[in-house]
Formats: sequence, C-alpha cells, structure tokens
Amino acid sequence: MLANRKLILAHFWLAFAVFGLALCLGAWQMFVRSPLYVWISDPEWYYRSVTAHGTVMGYVFPTLVAMGFGYAITESALEQRLVGLRWAWVGFWLIVAGAIMAMVPVALGRASVLYTFYPPLIGSAFYYIGVVLVVVGSWIWVALMSINLHVWKRAHPGDPVPLAMFANVAGSYLWAWTAVGAALELLLQIIPVALGFKATIDAGLARVLFSWTLHAIVYFWLIPAYIAFYVIVPRAIGGRLYSDTMARISFILFLIVSMPIGIHHTYADPQVGAGFKFIHSAFTAVVTLPTLFTVFTICASVEIAGRLRGGKGLLGWTAALPWENPIMLAVAFSFIMLGFGGAGGIINMSYQLNASIHNTQWITGHFHLIFGGAVVIMYFALAYDLWPHLTGRSLPDLRLVRTQLWLWFIGMMVTTFPWHWVGILGMPRRMAYYDYTDPALSPQALPVTVSAIGAFILLTSGLLFLFILARGSTASRAEAGPYRFSRPLHPVRSVPLALNSYGIWLALMIALTVTNYGYPIAALVARQDTSVPAIYVGAQ
Amino acid sequence: MSPRQLFSFRNQYFSVGVGVTAAVLLLAALFGFVVLPYAQPKLKFADLWDAICSAAGRPQQSPSSTAAKPTHRLSEVVLTPTTLAHPSQESIGRGATLAQRCAICHGPTGISRAESPNLAGQYVGVIYKQLLDFRSLARTNAVMSPFAAVLSDQDIADLAAYYAYLPRLPAYHPERQLAKPRVVIYGAPIRGIAPCGACHGALDNKTGSPWLEGQSEVYLKEQLQAFASGQRTNDINQQMRNIARAMTPQEIDEAAAYYASQPAEIVKSTD
Repeated sequence: MLANRKLILAHFWLAFAVFGLALCLGAWQMFVRSPLYVWISDPEWYYRSVTAHGTVMGYVFPTLVAMGFGYAITESALEQRLVGLRWAWVGFWLIVAGAIMAMVPVALGRASVLYTFYPPLIGSAFYYIGVVLVVVGSWIWVALMSINLHVWKRAHPGDPVPLAMFANVAGSYLWAWTAVGAALELLLQIIPVALGFKATIDAGLARVLFSWTLHAIVYFWLIPAYIAFYVIVPRAIGGRLYSDTMARISFILFLIVSMPIGIHHTYADPQVGAGFKFIHSAFTAVVTLPTLFTVFTICASVEIAGRLRGGKGLLGWTAALPWENPIMLAVAFSFIMLGFGGAGGIINMSYQLNASIHNTQWITGHFHLIFGGAVVIMYFALAYDLWPHLTGRSLPDLRLVRTQLWLWFIGMMVTTFPWHWVGILGMPRRMAYYDYTDPALSPQALPVTVSAIGAFILLTSGLLFLFILARGSTASRAEAGPYRFSRPLHPVRSVPLALNSYGIWLALMIALTVTNYGYPIAALVARQDTSVPAIYVGAQ
Repeated sequence: MSPRQLFSFRNQYFSVGVGVTAAVLLLAALFGFVVLPYAQPKLKFADLWDAICSAAGRPQQSPSSTAAKPTHRLSEVVLTPTTLAHPSQESIGRGATLAQRCAICHGPTGISRAESPNLAGQYVGVIYKQLLDFRSLARTNAVMSPFAAVLSDQDIADLAAYYAYLPRLPAYHPERQLAKPRVVIYGAPIRGIAPCGACHGALDNKTGSPWLEGQSEVYLKEQLQAFASGQRTNDINQQMRNIARAMTPQEIDEAAAYYASQPAEIVKSTD
C-alpha cells in the first residue's frame, strides 16, 4: 500500500470529479450546435461552456493526474519517503483555489474567452489569476519531483534512476519550461489589461507566447500515458519491457523537441515569418520519433507477453494476449486512436496541408482523438491499476471496467471521425450556431448528428468510470501488496550518465527555444506599432 | 563521469545529441530561409539577405512600392470601453447647453420628432465617435456636417456625456412590437452576418456600436443602405459595410422595422 494515499487520492478524485463535470458540458455543447437542437439563441452560453470545458480539461484535469501519478511514482519507484509532503498539499490547495477562482467568473459570463485566451479578448482578471494559481501549484510539484530525485540520487550515487521516475521528472521539467510562455503572456500582457492598467494589447505577440505553451502542453498531458505504456502495461499483461534505453531516449526526445515547435499553431498568423514557420514544421516532424519509438517498444513488449503465454507465429501471439485484462484493452484502444490521431497530426504540421484544415472542426476532432482518446483512456487505465493500492480494496467488476473502456473507445471514434470529416468539408470551429438548412451546410448535418451521439456515448462511459472508482472505494478490503513497475527484458545494471540525468537535454531544450522563438518574440517586442485595443467580454 | 565530462564532445551522447540537433536546425533554416523563398517565382529579392529577412518576417521595403491611398477620408477616432466612462457634472451641464442647437432635429429631450436618431441614453462612445467623424468628414450628411464642423473636442465630449446621461424614453411614435426576424436572431453565418445583438446590445455591446431600439425605421434603413452602397464608410473595419452588403433588401426592411418597433427601455446598460 502506498503511504501517501490521501494525497494521491485527493489529486485523482479532484481530477476525475472536474473531468465528469466538464464532460457534461462537452456533451451539451455537441448537442446544442448539432441539428438535433433548435439553437440556444444566445451564443454567450455556448462560449461560456466551451471556456469552462477547455479550462478544466486542458489545465486542471491532466495537471492533477500528472501530479497524483507523479507522487505515486516517487514513492513506489524510489522506495523512499516523499520529501515535502506539506508542500505537496500546498500545491494541491493552490490548484483547488485557482480552479474555483477561474471558474466563478466563467460561470458568471465574465470570462468567455476560451481556454486559449484569444487576446485582444479580455475577460475578468480573476479568471487569469486563477489559471496562474493552477500553474503555480503545479510548479510546486515540479520542484518536489526534482528534490525527491535529488535526495534519492545522493543516497544511491551512480545507480540507474528507475525508469518511471526518470520519465516522471522529465515530464515535470518539460511542463516547467513550457508553462513559461503562457505565464509570460498572462503576467506581462493579459493580466495588466484585465486589471485596467492598460487598454491595448499586442495580440500577435501574445499568440506567439501562447504557442510556446500550446503545443508542448499536449506532451505534458501525454507523458503520464506514455509512462503507463512503459512501466504499467508490460507488468500488467505479464510481459517484459523490451528496452529500457529506448524508453529513456523517447522521454529525452520529448524533452528536447516538444517545445520549439509551437508556431505550427500559427501558420495563418501574419506576424511570424515563413522561415520560422518552416523550422517549426521541421521540428514537429521530429517529434513523431519518440512516439514511433514508443509504439515499437510497447508492441515488442506486448509480443513478449503473447509469446510467454504460448502465442506462436508471425501474428498468432496476438490471440494469446490477455484481452480480458483492462490494461491490455486500454493500450490496444489507445494505440489505434494514437495511430489515427497521429496521422492527422502530421497533416496539421505540414505547412500546405494545414491550410485546408486550419481552424476547422478537423482540429477539434484531432485533439479530442489524441488527448481525449489515446491519452485519457490511459489515464483510466492507470487509475484502475493504482486504485487497489490507494483504497486497499479490490476493483470489483472487471466486466464493467471493460465495458467502460469499450464505450470510451467507440464513443471517441463515433465522435471524432465525423468531426474530422466536417472539418474537411470546411466547417469552422469555435462557432455556436450553424444553419444546417443552408444548402452549403446541409451535407454536414448528418455527420454532426452522429458526432453528437458519440458525445453521449462518451458521457455514459465517463460517468461509468466515476461509478466504478466510487464502487472501488467501498468494496471489500484486499491487500494489494507493494506497487510495482514492469521489469525490462534485460535487467538494467548501469545506465550512462547522459541517460540517467537531464543536464544535456535541458540545455538543448533551452537552446532550441532561443533559436526557434528568440527572434520572432524579440522582433515583436521591439516593434511599437502592434498593439490593438482590448475587447472586454461580458463588460456589461 | 563528472558534469564537465558530461558536457564534452568526448561524451558520445553529448556530441551526437548536439550534432544531430544542430544539423536538423541548420538544414531546416537553410530550407526555410534560403531555398523556399527562392522557390517561389512570384517573390523577387534584391539579394540573399533580402530573402532571409523576408523569411524571418521582416520584408525589406522596396522603394518603388507605395501604400494604396484610400478613396475616402478614414475615421481617426480611438475608442476604448472606458472612453468618457465617468464624465463630470460640469461636462454634462455644458453638454445640455450645447444640445439646444441639436434639439430642432433630435428633440428637446433627445427623442426625435423627425426621422433623426433618438440620442437620449445612447452609449457615450457612440455619440462621441459619430460627432468626431462628422467633424473630420469621415461621415458626411448635409444637415449634420455643418453643425459638427464648429464643435471643439471639449464640445463633443460634453455633448456625448449629456446625451448618454439622459434617460431612455419611449420613442415619439411607438409602434406595436414586431416579432424578431430571422436575420436579427441568427444573423446569417454562411454570409458572414452575425446576429445584430452580438454588437448592438441585446447579447453584447461592442465598443462604438449603438443600441437601436426605437430608432426611426427610415433612418435605420437609410443607414443600412448607405453602408451597403459604400456611401457611409466610417465603420473602421468595414464590419457594418460587410454585413449590410450581404443583407437582402427584404432583410434590411425587416431589421429596420423590427428595431423601430422596440421600446428603448429594454436596452441593457453598459455600466
């Protein structure tokens, strides 16, 4: 049993509770802008809901999962007492306070700016300060991860850092650095305007700073799922991790190339030069590598499990896999969604192909498939895996768990495939109302309806997930034993210092930030003629 | 291995990591800043440096290019949501005196008996901007332009403050309230028309947009037609021109009639 159960459970319960609420909003949004509903008459309600859904799903939910999982890893992988338990609680309560502070103005319609802020739109200052508190809370976690690793390294000089912790700390460093862009945008640009110290804002610069955060934040969301691929999946299905080294290299690659690629979100923005857009495009192509390495390594690890269970032949081992095991099911679904979503992502990052889907529903379909699909289904998996160790009770009904995962997978496919399709048909995103009676839009009516039905399948699955966890907290007691991670095929006796520390890779990450973002940001800062009047939302 | 040995080219992880990263960066930069700019036949560069600057987002100004001259006078008014937000009592009082000359068309209480706009309780930024535009000839009207020509900055601010201060009264010829036409509720997204209320107050008020309830039907229709024909051009981003051009004559009639039939008291306050 884990010692800091209360801390970890607090993170997970809060994460999944807000996830449940935001999921309800998501389903409502899909419904009201589909042909199934007449129209809510006031688009403000729609944008209010989108802002709440995005802020919770983008900032609060994955951050809490990463933090809770991070504490669990620290304790179980390092096998030492968590240093800074009080600070961990401070971080947690900062996130609670920040989330409430941000959500109250959103609920009141004072901050319907969507979670990506969209300057020159300006909402209530409380919204932005709430988001900053959430980030500050998570930075405490970053510091704690680093400190705990440092304490362990001092006690175990030269020993290989356990893979789970190595990846976890890499993820925390990635988050610390990538959050800087949005933090600069909020503190130097948006909050002064929201507080009334300034009435104009450099929207172009703000967008570039946000792009610094906007893409790498996705990899921060993704890292807990990847950690689960490497350290939970092979153990849970009775296999071995094919390569510990490949895992380390994957996380290192994420650390280096996640960040200097964000300008691929601003291909249509005139304030960034085409040369920099191309560089960011090229580095975005490189970021496919750690995912391809991971898919290869995990498939190999799963094959080991299949063959250990008596599977034979080129593909015959797949039949021998433990498909009744929820983790096996989750990883299979996750990979399918990662495959489709990743292929879509390559289209997004290609300069020319992007032009045909830029700002369409394709994009919303894409990130729901990757994050909501491939990543969140692994959050479910890791929660199921950890739950008995956190509650001291066994999860009662595996069939229900499998049903939940199936529903999530089917729901996500039914939701996002038509969503991509209407994007190709040219349906713009971020709009509250579509006139499906117009001949130009009528072909989109059916796919949008199908997509909205998918949203309700997802809602059912999400609520079922919460029900299973709640039931798991009241089931009969069962000692789950110590929490263990997967064993590599070849035992790790020593690891080169470069793959056991972060110095080189952090230096490369910062250097690439300077080369890829330095000039675009400096040029915009230096120009004096780029500010526009702020547009205050809900100012009435 | 000490940290110094870690950051050494003798450490293969360091040399490969730095080498590959630098190679990808240089190759991408070579393509992004040199090869691709030259690959576009329409772009002409003076030299290599010009191409690089252009790709970096800093095109060199060629001496022959001149900015296109606008065919009409542009509005130069800068408005923010806080413009004239808290006028002094003196300002409102001066405005009341100055407003006597406006009363002949706009009514002694700011409610017009002619087909001129009702000004009582109009948003302060709206009157301020329109008077400035009339004075600078960004907006012209045979009757209004001579009045505006002689106003000082202070006069304009005072008049705006006074009219914004007046209570919103029922229009002079209140009509039966009409049902909301489709174009007012939904706009027409396919044609780029937002619902009127998204700017004009019912849903949200965008700075500089007037509320329209109870205004003269003739006046509203005339303004929409003036925007559509390009005769009125003081909407700085062409937002009204784009909308009016996309509206059908029937939609213009419906929207004007609808707003004229609404009581001004329902307008939301901005403060």
